[in-house]
Amino acid sequence: MSALLQEMGDRALRLGVPFSAQLDLTYRCNEQCVHCYLDHDDHGEMTTVEIKNLLKEMAEAGVFILTFSGGEIFLRKDFFEILECARDLTFCIKLKTNAVLIREAQAARLRDLGVQSVQISIYSHRPEVHDAITKVKGSLRRSIAAIRFLKSQGLKVIMANVLMTGNMQDYHGVRALAEELGAEYTLDPTITPMMDGDRSIVDLNAGESALRELFRDEMFVGNAEEFCAPPPPPDAESMSSLPCSAGHTACYISPYGEFYPCVQFPLSCGNVRQQRFIDIWRDSEQLKEVRSIRLKDLSGCSQCAHGSTCTRCPGLAFMEGNMRGPSTADCEKSFARTGIPSVNLLAKKEKAAPPRLVQIQLVPAITGNRLSGIGAVA
Amino acid sequence: METNKKMYVARSPRIAARMLGEEMLVMSGHDSTLFTLNPTATILWQAADGATPLDEIVERRICTEFEVKPEDAMRDAEELAENLAQHGILLISEQPIAKPDAPVQGQR
Repeated sequence: MSALLQEMGDRALRLGVPFSAQLDLTYRCNEQCVHCYLDHDDHGEMTTVEIKNLLKEMAEAGVFILTFSGGEIFLRKDFFEILECARDLTFCIKLKTNAVLIREAQAARLRDLGVQSVQISIYSHRPEVHDAITKVKGSLRRSIAAIRFLKSQGLKVIMANVLMTGNMQDYHGVRALAEELGAEYTLDPTITPMMDGDRSIVDLNAGESALRELFRDEMFVGNAEEFCAPPPPPDAESMSSLPCSAGHTACYISPYGEFYPCVQFPLSCGNVRQQRFIDIWRDSEQLKEVRSIRLKDLSGCSQCAHGSTCTRCPGLAFMEGNMRGPSTADCEKSFARTGIPSVNLLAKKEKAAPPRLVQIQLVPAITGNRLSGIGAVA
Repeated sequence: METNKKMYVARSPRIAARMLGEEMLVMSGHDSTLFTLNPTATILWQAADGATPLDEIVERRICTEFEVKPEDAMRDAEELAENLAQHGILLISEQPIAKPDAPVQGQR
């Protein structure tokens, strides 16, 4: 992020402006990725008119960076109509897509509409691995063809490489592919639960040893010694710091109009079909609660050695049951990085430990005498 | 630029822009460079509808708002317009420019 963009984000925070927003246009998808957190059925998406009205409200509220995502955005037949409306409202527009439906004509139109970047999910440089994750044969070939079309139009393309058990060995290959295609590269080693709370896909997360290896790979982390160094103790400033931008300068709208602090934070704050965007942003009790939380308020995390450097996601914490609690996926990353267990991991380990076979405890006196004894308790 | 020729200015259709506080945040669609415009530059940029000549914008919008000599304001405005045009966020022409953009929104 540029220094100026950071400065503008800080100013937006001071002014209470929703500087960035993600709008998912649909949850329908033409891929069926094994790790996807969405229900792909259409439960009543917003209409074209509803979305256009919402975009006007978002522009009036001050949203500058607008990300269209899904589902697969190109499955909406009105996608370019929506994009043109967003262009007229002078948003900085980013897209997230699998790009399977992008051909030369679509790429040219995206360029004409001044799209700032197109992020495309690529899981592997090997078709058999990528296609096994998307469950669509030929999907890697089509996504790569789309990247070439987009690059030929001079568009900025980011290849997003989500890592999981099935592709953990391929990130070097994906990065090399990105370089070859002139695309930027980003990786994300976190598989999140489904939005309905189902945690079964979390098992796809790469294990600790794979994360440890990744975090020591200087091609990705820079100076590994610095990256994996023990964290400095949290100071007063970090104790008062905000967990992340969710609900502070950023928000997320589902295809059904539900308003959340972030796509990974399914705490419903209202619905734009019933209320104006700005009214939810300003008045939602849920958002006020999210905004009130500081590191010092977090149970466990406020005493944790990783407090000042942890990447704790408040949304994942919420999905674990407590938005003021830890996010175990981030505890695991901190541990894989530094070898120092978090307060949360230590507590879980203690809880999971098998019961001791013999415990020694005092038993109450059984006679009038002050008799104490030793009892064996299973 | 010769003074007897009119200069018309229009906001580029490919930029991203939003008011944030008292400043205008503008991102070039050409190279994603980010700019902030101060209040004076914001007035000029907002008024760049492609149909109003720059000298009229300066006379009606800048000189009425700020204590500045018209010739100084005009010189600064031309310099600013050319600078913004170099970054692809403003179009300049000696003829009126078609398809002006809608005014930019945002929070003050």
